Amino acid sequence: MPDIDLGVTPLRELNGALHKLPPETNERHWVIENPAGRHAIAAGLNAPLNVEINGPVGYYCAGMNKLATVNIHGSAGVGVAENMMSGFVHVSGDASQAAGATGHGGLLRIDGNASSRCGISMKGIDIVVQGSVGHMSAFMAQAGNLVVFGDAGDALGDSIYEAHLFVRGSVKSLGADCIKKDMSDEHKAALHDVLTRAGFNGEVDPSEFQRYGSARTLYNFNVDHAGEY
Amino acid sequence: MDTTPITTPRKSATFDDYSMSEIRRAAASGIYDIRGGGAKRKVPHFDDLLFLGASMSRYPLEGYREKCATDVWLGTRFAEKPIHLKIPVTIAGMSFGSLSAQAKESLGRGASKMGTSTTTGDGGMTEEERGHSSILVYQLLPSRYGMNPDDLRRADAIEIVIGQGAKPGGGGMLLGQKISKRVAEMRTLPEGIDQRSACRHPDWTGPDDLEIKIQELREIMDWQKPIYIKVGASRPYYDTALAVKSGADVIVLDGMQGGTAATQEVFIEHVGLPTLGAIRPAVQALQDLGMHRKVQLIVSGGIRSGADVAKALALGADAVSVGTAALAAIGDNDPALEEEYQRLGTTAGAYDDWHEGQCPAGINTQIPELAARLDPELGGRRLANYLSVLTLETQTIARACGKSHVHNLEPEDLVALTVEAAAMAQVPLAGTKWIPGLNTE
Repeated sequence: MPDIDLGVTPLRELNGALHKLPPETNERHWVIENPAGRHAIAAGLNAPLNVEINGPVGYYCAGMNKLATVNIHGSAGVGVAENMMSGFVHVSGDASQAAGATGHGGLLRIDGNASSRCGISMKGIDIVVQGSVGHMSAFMAQAGNLVVFGDAGDALGDSIYEAHLFVRGSVKSLGADCIKKDMSDEHKAALHDVLTRAGFNGEVDPSEFQRYGSARTLYNFNVDHAGEY
Repeated sequence: MDTTPITTPRKSATFDDYSMSEIRRAAASGIYDIRGGGAKRKVPHFDDLLFLGASMSRYPLEGYREKCATDVWLGTRFAEKPIHLKIPVTIAGMSFGSLSAQAKESLGRGASKMGTSTTTGDGGMTEEERGHSSILVYQLLPSRYGMNPDDLRRADAIEIVIGQGAKPGGGGMLLGQKISKRVAEMRTLPEGIDQRSACRHPDWTGPDDLEIKIQELREIMDWQKPIYIKVGASRPYYDTALAVKSGADVIVLDGMQGGTAATQEVFIEHVGLPTLGAIRPAVQALQDLGMHRKVQLIVSGGIRSGADVAKALALGADAVSVGTAALAAIGDNDPALEEEYQRLGTTAGAYDDWHEGQCPAGINTQIPELAARLDPELGGRRLANYLSVLTLETQTIARACGKSHVHNLEPEDLVALTVEAAAMAQVPLAGTKWIPGLNTE
């Protein structure tokens, strides 16, 4: 089990070593000490690794992650797991803005709060936030699920496409074309599935959440809706 | 019968036929006009410059005997694998979605034959263009449609798009007629919707953040590939300086004549700088930072001929990009299709409703029957021919000016025909020593 001290090993060397691992590697468990808010730690992973990062990370940790599990024992800066394709990223602390931005797949779990633009332009990723999310979260969200145990800030789901938003607390305001939707058994089952994959097996009741999504009134330009922007 | 002479009926120069027709169209529809292409208005351009050629004080090179090199290195600042082009002309970013797969393949075939690069667009990388492009630049746009690390790694360079000349400050637009099943799947969008992309990147704001974003991309690609930053011409001195500060290997500067797949007419014609007015401030920024030729500059927007290429290079660019001209080379707006253009309410040479997806040349469309009209092999050959002519013309001018490499062309080789062009290009008005704004002689 490699144990890397980023106070000693250059980031480029660490990321390069992680990228060189073939998918069938048995050197799967890596521990990274002393991250000290460095940027782009474990970005671009492409193998089923299990990476433990002991401390806070800077921007774009686990960016474009594919297949790997990355556990951040601390808080994360801007764009954690941005454009993730698959795998699992877990932040034990808070996350800054644009967490999970444009993610295509995989699951991002944040135990604390996430700042503004959480899940912006998400394209299939599932994001579970135990705390609250800031303004403009799920802006132009295209696909996937954003689950918020706490509250959502202003303009949730502005210009949303087909992503599903589940919020247990309050929503300060909804963005353009985002509306509250019915929570059917099918949606509860889908939410249960996301929660289970995030590690909340039976601990959280899906029926406590409200569902939000697209009214689809802005999908095709209609001059009568110009004032909504 | 009154025989008093009457004055000839006179139309307003301000409210001309075009303006009046646009007022009527707006009044009837309630919506702004959307079209493709770049600025159509006349702006100061390369036509307003002339080369001086060799004379008593300059030796020309023999046109058919002495070598005049045309190759370009791009991305030598940080990338471990910089790009080497055989000619100083690249193909600008244009998306699959906006263009048919056949058009993208044609561009790849033609560019590859000439040893130069082509570029993806908003919507991701297709197998057709990767397979047929020996050097492919992969765009990272605000929408991030189709962006994925596998394509990032199989690209030869990354181009971070901040803006484009046709619409600096605007996002992408692709209307429902072109969001076919395949395009929708690549972009993770519902089929048939009007796609209006974000104009700002989702995970960074400003050059300080961009520097960190570039670091992330370099880490993901293990510092192998060059990273370009593309900006629409608006504040070229500061944009160039900030791009250098952010860590760019290459800067792509797109003037307002540069085309777009679709946007508002008012945006295309009234926002941004003409290409001619953008080059010198960008080059000045590079020179002030000691980075000219170290961070390479690619200029685009209105490049048509080898003369335009040579003039852009003489003003300090390392290479140029062509988009509109490349599409014309593979058959866009061909008068041979005039009857079909007439049926669309336009005429060959003026067709710009690319967003409607009815392109009779099979280029700006996602309708399979129309797209099938374009033979990618023939399109590729035509583009290669055109690129070859651009290169030969550029060499012709460079040799006449005594240059053994096209990069040796310089502002001193140029004069301007108009005061405006002299001021923008910072070269003397023909027959004088006067450069408006720089000296008072």
